[in-house]
Amino acid sequence: MADIVLKVTGASKRFGGVQALSDVGITIRRGEVVGLIGPNGAGKTTFFNVITGLYIPDSGSFELGGKPYKPSAVHEVAKAGIARTFQNIRLFPEMTALENVMVGRHVRTGSGLAGAVFRTRKFNAEEAAITQRSQELLDYVGIGRYAEYKARTLSYGDQRRLEIARALATDPTLIALDEPAAGMNATEKVVLRELIDRIRKDGSTILLIEHDVKLVMGLCDRVTVLDYGKPIAEGSPYDVQRDEKVIEAYLGAGHKAH
Amino acid sequence: MPESLVRNKLIVFIGAAVLLFVLPALAQYAGNFWVRILDFALLYVLLALGLNIVVGYAGLLDLGYIAFYAVGAYMFGLLASPHLSDTFAAIKSLFPNGLHTPLWVVIPLGAALAAFFGAVLGAPTLKLRGDYLAIVTLGFGEIIRVFLNNLDAPVNITNGPKGLLQIDSLKIPFTDFDFGKTGSLFGLEVSSVTKYYYLFLLIVVISVVICYRLERSRIGRAWMAIREDEVAAKAMGINTRNMKLLAFAMGASLGGVSGVLFATFQRFISPESFALHESIMVVAMVVLGGIGHIPGVILGALLLASLPEVLRWISGELDLQMLTGGRLDAAILRQLLIALAMICIMLARPRGLWPQPEHGKAAPAATN
Repeated sequence: MADIVLKVTGASKRFGGVQALSDVGITIRRGEVVGLIGPNGAGKTTFFNVITGLYIPDSGSFELGGKPYKPSAVHEVAKAGIARTFQNIRLFPEMTALENVMVGRHVRTGSGLAGAVFRTRKFNAEEAAITQRSQELLDYVGIGRYAEYKARTLSYGDQRRLEIARALATDPTLIALDEPAAGMNATEKVVLRELIDRIRKDGSTILLIEHDVKLVMGLCDRVTVLDYGKPIAEGSPYDVQRDEKVIEAYLGAGHKAH
Repeated sequence: MPESLVRNKLIVFIGAAVLLFVLPALAQYAGNFWVRILDFALLYVLLALGLNIVVGYAGLLDLGYIAFYAVGAYMFGLLASPHLSDTFAAIKSLFPNGLHTPLWVVIPLGAALAAFFGAVLGAPTLKLRGDYLAIVTLGFGEIIRVFLNNLDAPVNITNGPKGLLQIDSLKIPFTDFDFGKTGSLFGLEVSSVTKYYYLFLLIVVISVVICYRLERSRIGRAWMAIREDEVAAKAMGINTRNMKLLAFAMGASLGGVSGVLFATFQRFISPESFALHESIMVVAMVVLGGIGHIPGVILGALLLASLPEVLRWISGELDLQMLTGGRLDAAILRQLLIALAMICIMLARPRGLWPQPEHGKAAPAATN
């Protein structure tokens, strides 16, 4: 089963009296785009934070690329191969766009204090490689010409793309996008959709949390629906859209067609 | 970069180098008092550069920074003064001539010890940010000073408020070159303070190069990422705990070196030199000059270290006390003018006197 990228089973998380997640599982295969949807408060972001190590789960087993991993520290998860973006964009605002992406290379490079101070040949080579790769990624997401601009001066849509470029810089086995279309207008959404599609075609595996059902249905190979912290449906977008429980969760009981 | 710009930069660079080189000669002409001010200014530059790593790069507001200056100074003071051998018979019997550890051993040792203290004092604060971090570091700084003040009983280690006396001046081993004595070069008289000036200048230049290179490295970027957004930095795989400890340690090591130099230069240290207001002064130098920007930090340190002395001289020349019938004395006026200058600068230039240049303006709207 080498082509399974992420396999989570039985993930649970409780905050005081609220069972935010109970027994949630997800399986993502290489090259897939998997959507995670659900009404507000369904536990999407909690699940996301659990698999990326921001919250410590109460139970559950986690496998990334066939190897078990413990999502206990955020930076360890990034190192293991999950890169994420944030629902409310979290860039490094006073650093340039290029520097933002270069930070993403941190986890795949290794030069230390001595290399930096003495500018060893190895350091210089690594630094040149980081710069080149980062510029390529900026070009890839289409904001290469803003490399020298500070991140905070970019437009909203460009900041999203910068965040995606920064995530790609960590050479992730799984890219997890937390509501990438939030706050975007229709045109920006079209551009974003094209970008995600291109990233997938170039061989990446993507987990997508999204409110915009249209975007999810158009992009995803498979969709998991959460409600009140429990998975209520799983399958192709077409099937999920027609699932009784999903319709009930989104529109309320009694909405069945008469 | 266009060729003319490179040439301009080179001219500025050479000009600055020549100026820095002849400065003590000019100052010496006006009196050793002025060279001494320059020496102290250079020590403060070193402190400000170190604090800039912690505050400017990693964004950790440290109000107890002077503690590392104290660690360096006391380490040299203990290892190169008669205090330990006079107090402890065991040490006396081991070193009958007293302890005279050479500076070349003590500078790396001071840097290492201060770095160790930096990491140890940094470790409990890793989860704190902003105001909370500032208060805890302020407390740590005071704790070190209080220790130095009180460690004269039951075992006299630091000699308490009386401080350490007769600290060695710096000598170059195997020669008769003594930084503490006036020498001569080509028949020109070179005073002790001038010799120290060149030593301090050399160490400051080395430190500037280190800071500059760290800033433009993987580690520097990781520090700045932590400063900008710690959660995002973690999500990018940066081990924020280790990186913060590294920033504390690196910053502290420059403070420790500065402390060692201070002790050998002053030849007397007491806890008084490491009070809270010194910490605040160094923070002010970093912020006033331009936080995170090396030239700005240097400018801030030079200004704030020398301005009080210049004002002291001016008020002395004017004989202010006589003019105001004893109501205003030099010390009060000095504080007043410094405070006024700082308020004006922060109002006019909130990002510091010489801040990080802005890259570009607002980027145009998104297109494909």
